[in-house]
Amino acid sequence: MTLIADRVGQIKSSGIREFFDIAQRMEDAISLGVGEPDFVTPWSIREACIFSLEKGYTSYTSNWGLLELREMLSEKLHHDDSVYYDPEGELLITTGVSEAFDLALRAIINPGDEVIIHEPSYVSYKPCALFAGGIPVSIETEVGDEFKLRADRIEDKITEKTKAIVLNYPNNPTGATLTKKDLEQIADVANEHDLLVISDEIYGKLTYDGEHTCFSTLNGMKERTILLNGFSKAYAMTGWRIGYAAGNKDIIEAMMKIHQYTMLCTPITAQMAAVEALRCDDETAEMVYEYNRRRRLMVEGLRELGLSCFEPKGAFYTFPSIANTGLTSAEFAKRLLFEHKVVVIPGSVFGDCGEGFIRCSYAVSQYELKEALNRLGRFLVTCGVK
Amino acid sequence: MKEERKEGEILKILEEDARTSDSEIARMIGVDEEEVRSTISELEKQGIIIKYKALINYEKAGMKAVQALIELNLSPERSTGYDSVAERISKFSEVKSVRLVSGEYDLLVRVEGETMREVAYFVAEKIAPLEQVRNTVTHFLLKTYKENGEIYEEEEKGKRLAVTL
Ligand SMILES: Cc1ncc(COP(=O)(O)O)c(C=O)c1O
Repeated sequence: MTLIADRVGQIKSSGIREFFDIAQRMEDAISLGVGEPDFVTPWSIREACIFSLEKGYTSYTSNWGLLELREMLSEKLHHDDSVYYDPEGELLITTGVSEAFDLALRAIINPGDEVIIHEPSYVSYKPCALFAGGIPVSIETEVGDEFKLRADRIEDKITEKTKAIVLNYPNNPTGATLTKKDLEQIADVANEHDLLVISDEIYGKLTYDGEHTCFSTLNGMKERTILLNGFSKAYAMTGWRIGYAAGNKDIIEAMMKIHQYTMLCTPITAQMAAVEALRCDDETAEMVYEYNRRRRLMVEGLRELGLSCFEPKGAFYTFPSIANTGLTSAEFAKRLLFEHKVVVIPGSVFGDCGEGFIRCSYAVSQYELKEALNRLGRFLVTCGVK
Repeated sequence: MKEERKEGEILKILEEDARTSDSEIARMIGVDEEEVRSTISELEKQGIIIKYKALINYEKAGMKAVQALIELNLSPERSTGYDSVAERISKFSEVKSVRLVSGEYDLLVRVEGETMREVAYFVAEKIAPLEQVRNTVTHFLLKTYKENGEIYEEEEKGKRLAVTL
């Protein structure tokens, strides 16, 4: 008897896992491998959560999530992004963008349907597509083109099986963003070929150069877009596990159906906290300023050490090239950890085209950032760079 | 970058850490170092940046300083209101802050000394007898939890994983 279902068995755990286990355990390492804010959740949000517990809010909520929260979200999306979603039927509160992404795929994918995913990209996309019975189709993006997903490259990959395009800008791991014009060209392709777009905009609020454009605001896109967003990054709430999906009524209804039978509802405590989060934009604005300062420190610092570094416009990652060291990104990360106790993520984890790059997070204190750069500099000298 | 915005960013960075170097500030806000230097010296000249000081937890250092907050009720003067007496009180080196406030009293003054006795005598001898001071209430500080936006005993922070993809 084979214990594990083929759908799961086909997903190989990557060889890098062992390295990550060591990195997790190494006590005195400085980690630039973090994918979450170093801020704790603002106190007013934590306080609201404690108050909700004191008042006895400990039950299930509607499968859709608290109506009050959906109403506030609807207003916020309207106010910030000029897109209107009906709180009753077009918005679903989920256990993070992670769950929302899984629901979106399971709601729309028939066996063998193809899902276009640009790379380098967040590690969950491909496995989720496979779990849903779909076939991920990669499109490589290049540093020379600022890691942008181009409409013509999408067209090259479209077949009669193509069902959806996954978009993640600002991007993890590159920090790349797309302009409104870039996005409009993708929207045209979606229209022309009758495709859905799953837009993971979890880093949307963390945009430093220019303004973030919400994909559903583009012409004709509201019906075609499954907009995913959450509280993890913008409000420093990763551990709370809360996010949401917005989209066309039929799709959201289908997603709700899966959510209802598998998750029932998002924890009420996280929902109560999210209600407060939507009221405290000032604190999040302050976090964005601070990330921006660190972004500049890190990019300039990396360049000064002799690495060529694409200037990220969003999220909290830099994605410098390590090609001039002659090492693979996994070798680089291992040696940097063992010899200088700094954790970075090999770019290859985010897709084959991430080879030759490393992901360095600047969601760390300025002190740690400077010390990590010092150590990285010493390592690069031993590699013969500078 | 707009002038006002640039000044605001520089002030914010220095308020957080006055030892941040000009070159670091230049990097953080994306302007050149010379521009940072000249902006800061202009801010100093205008008296917007008053001084660069360390925030010290003397309790922890074991150097016992006694502090008290003194509420003062004043009789305002015809021509200068509260200003002249407030300025006069400000001149004592024992006095660390002087603020005019609304409510049940007029001035809130912070006084520092080596012993409780010293502080009490100072108030009794130097402040209370002033002609415009109608009465005083002294509150000795027992413990400082937060000062200038900094929490003294930081809460224990949950630990993040070193790796999250
Ligand atoms: C691009 C992207 N999407 C989704 C997530 C997961 O978000 P959530 O915490 O809302 O599940 C992450 C977290 O790293 C991410 O980088």
